[in-house]
Amino acid sequence: MRERLRGVSKLEPLDGVFAAWRRLPHGFRAALPVIVVIALAATYPYYVSSLPTDVPVILAFPDVGACVTIIIFVMMAVGLNIVVGYAGLLDLGYVAFYAIGAYTAGWLASGQFEQVRFHFGSVGISNEQNGIHISIWLVLLCAAILTAVGGILIGLPTLRLRGDYLAIVTLGFGEIIPQFVRNADSIKGFDLTHGTFGISPIDSPGFGEHLNKAIGLPVNYQSSFDRERFFFWTALALLLLAVFCSLRLRESRLGRAWIAIREDETAAGAMGIPLMRTKTWAYAIGAFFGGMAGAYIASFNSGAFPSQFQFNISVFLLCMVILGGMGSLWGVVVGGTILAWLNVEGLANIGSWVNAHTPLNVEVAKYQFGIYGIIIVLMMLFRPVGLIPERRRAREIEEGAGASERDKSVYAVLEAEDPKDN
Amino acid sequence: MAASARTEQQSRLATLFGGRRPSLTSVLGGVFVALLVAWLIVNLVETPSDFFTVMLIGITTGSVYALIALGYTLVYGILQLINFAHGDVFALSGLFASTIVLSLLGLSENTSPIGIAGGLLLTLLIVVAFGLLVNTSIEFIAYRRLRNAPRLAVLITAVGMSFIVQNISLAVFDVNFRSLPPLISESNVFKIGSVTYQWNQFFAVLATIPVLLLLTWLVRSTKQGKGMRAVSQDPDAAAIMGVNVNRTISFTFALAGGLAGVAGLLYLIEFNIRYDTGFELGLIAFTAAVLGGIGNLTGAVLGALIIGLIQAFNEGLGWAAPGSDWTRSIVFGLLIAILVFRPEGLLGERTPEGQ
Repeated sequence: MRERLRGVSKLEPLDGVFAAWRRLPHGFRAALPVIVVIALAATYPYYVSSLPTDVPVILAFPDVGACVTIIIFVMMAVGLNIVVGYAGLLDLGYVAFYAIGAYTAGWLASGQFEQVRFHFGSVGISNEQNGIHISIWLVLLCAAILTAVGGILIGLPTLRLRGDYLAIVTLGFGEIIPQFVRNADSIKGFDLTHGTFGISPIDSPGFGEHLNKAIGLPVNYQSSFDRERFFFWTALALLLLAVFCSLRLRESRLGRAWIAIREDETAAGAMGIPLMRTKTWAYAIGAFFGGMAGAYIASFNSGAFPSQFQFNISVFLLCMVILGGMGSLWGVVVGGTILAWLNVEGLANIGSWVNAHTPLNVEVAKYQFGIYGIIIVLMMLFRPVGLIPERRRAREIEEGAGASERDKSVYAVLEAEDPKDN
Repeated sequence: MAASARTEQQSRLATLFGGRRPSLTSVLGGVFVALLVAWLIVNLVETPSDFFTVMLIGITTGSVYALIALGYTLVYGILQLINFAHGDVFALSGLFASTIVLSLLGLSENTSPIGIAGGLLLTLLIVVAFGLLVNTSIEFIAYRRLRNAPRLAVLITAVGMSFIVQNISLAVFDVNFRSLPPLISESNVFKIGSVTYQWNQFFAVLATIPVLLLLTWLVRSTKQGKGMRAVSQDPDAAAIMGVNVNRTISFTFALAGGLAGVAGLLYLIEFNIRYDTGFELGLIAFTAAVLGGIGNLTGAVLGALIIGLIQAFNEGLGWAAPGSDWTRSIVFGLLIAILVFRPEGLLGERTPEGQ
């Protein structure tokens, strides 16, 4: 068929393009869409100003500053996807990792501890300023590692619990840590977190004088003329790092062990997978990206405030993962982008469009978490595999549904050799 | 000889620690409880009157928590599902009750006692029906379709439902706190020294007891209750034996919803309530249910009283009490500690799930 068509359309110029496309190596053809998306995203700051601002329904495309927040939330969703999607451990307290990351940035790169004066590679901060000022690049790494350690500490006692108990314990941690940072402003007179006011200002990333003179990179993002653009590109780089690690991890021995545990913990254990260690790794790596994202956004917002770390955020991140498809990396990136955009400005825009074009008058943004709740429930009821399902997950859920049909018949229950193991 | 003596000693030790040899975790747990008791005793010696006043407050709060905790435990017992939406159904019922009492019936502290009693009773009936309806609808809309889905899916749905119900409360009743005028007399039930107990506090305890008795009777002695217990043990076997599983589950949700309605009204009488009260209270009540041993009715009540007391002691005692800023952390810390040290709870049985 295709041969015949090619014969017919021999003279068409497009055909040559298609033929050339087919001659390209498979790897390149698979990578091209990703490269195009990355290129489009990376050049976004250049063409955003020429995009229309009177689009129906969504009104306008997000500006570069809003995109930074969106990207960082997607990065957190990618991290959560490792825990929830790959390893199948429901984490309802991911916000704790976000908080640990943000506060680590607050401790290591601000004037919070005014009793000491320690500078290491900080940019745009005069050497006279008190407090610990470490280069944000290092702080990102420190925050990520510290959060991973936090993830291990949370994980060790709790990971032997199964399913919903684990969920509720992570929820507990997700509530305790924000309350801790809110209240820890005088531990025996020592101001650790500055209470409800939070830690502010937090230093911003930058490349210092030398690199600035050599290749023109900004000394300090915050004082740079193109502040938002630099934050945007760095955020994109961090997201790509998280996506890349996620991709590689999924194919690794560890990633396959996670998926085995997700599909059947008992069988995985019987096959010799060390359950505790594997699950702890999932927690640690998920926390790693959460912490890094938290530290970065704290630097972007120039502050870490306890009111940012609500249970709602955990559910919001979970909603991103569910919408995209648990375990499906590209799904999470797409679903996360949609939801994060809705959260940052999409809902407000859609709300004002709806109010302007219909007799309704609703504050859509006020009910945002109700909307996320509806998304979660609808997805779970009608498309539990998510928008872009992971192939393996889809099969698993189909099989599960098939088994349930069988379960409905009494005979099958009688035939089944082993009773339901819950 | 020596060997048999050792075995005997071991077995005696094992009996002492509930059939198991003491492990590191149980020793740690024991130390933790001992410290807690020591802290209470110091407070009792330092300020006895405060201690007893606070204890009575704790019992009052605890009995309201018990009603919510029972809702969690009933549903968990039958579906192994943490019904996150339960706390929000409680808050929604409480808000609904405030509308009935204030707008529909127009009760105030000047209404005659018979009017107040009749009005509250009528409100109670309406609110119970309301809670029952909301909870069964949630089950019907969301959980029923997921009967055979992975448990994680149902749990995630429950989280989503919780947000939906919370936002319904927000949409209908807005963000303000609602409270009632002092309808129940604030005169003292008794006064010993400086320890007083007021009727409006005692009312919650007084109202909880018949509800608990009714619930016990329903679960223990009626056919539907027997069906509930059968389904919670083994839904498939229960189905073979002719129990209508879906109807039994709906009945359980109805019971839980009714309890949430009662709790909403009582909480409204004692404290104030707004759209997001249910989230935090729900978690506290869930902790209570886990503390007592989830799935165990007596355990839920016991756990709720303990949590109520811990909360009151934490917020009211003078010596080395962390204070209300830390209540949440303490309750959740306790939850984590129970799940780590004794996942089966105080009265529950050890199950593979909890390990």
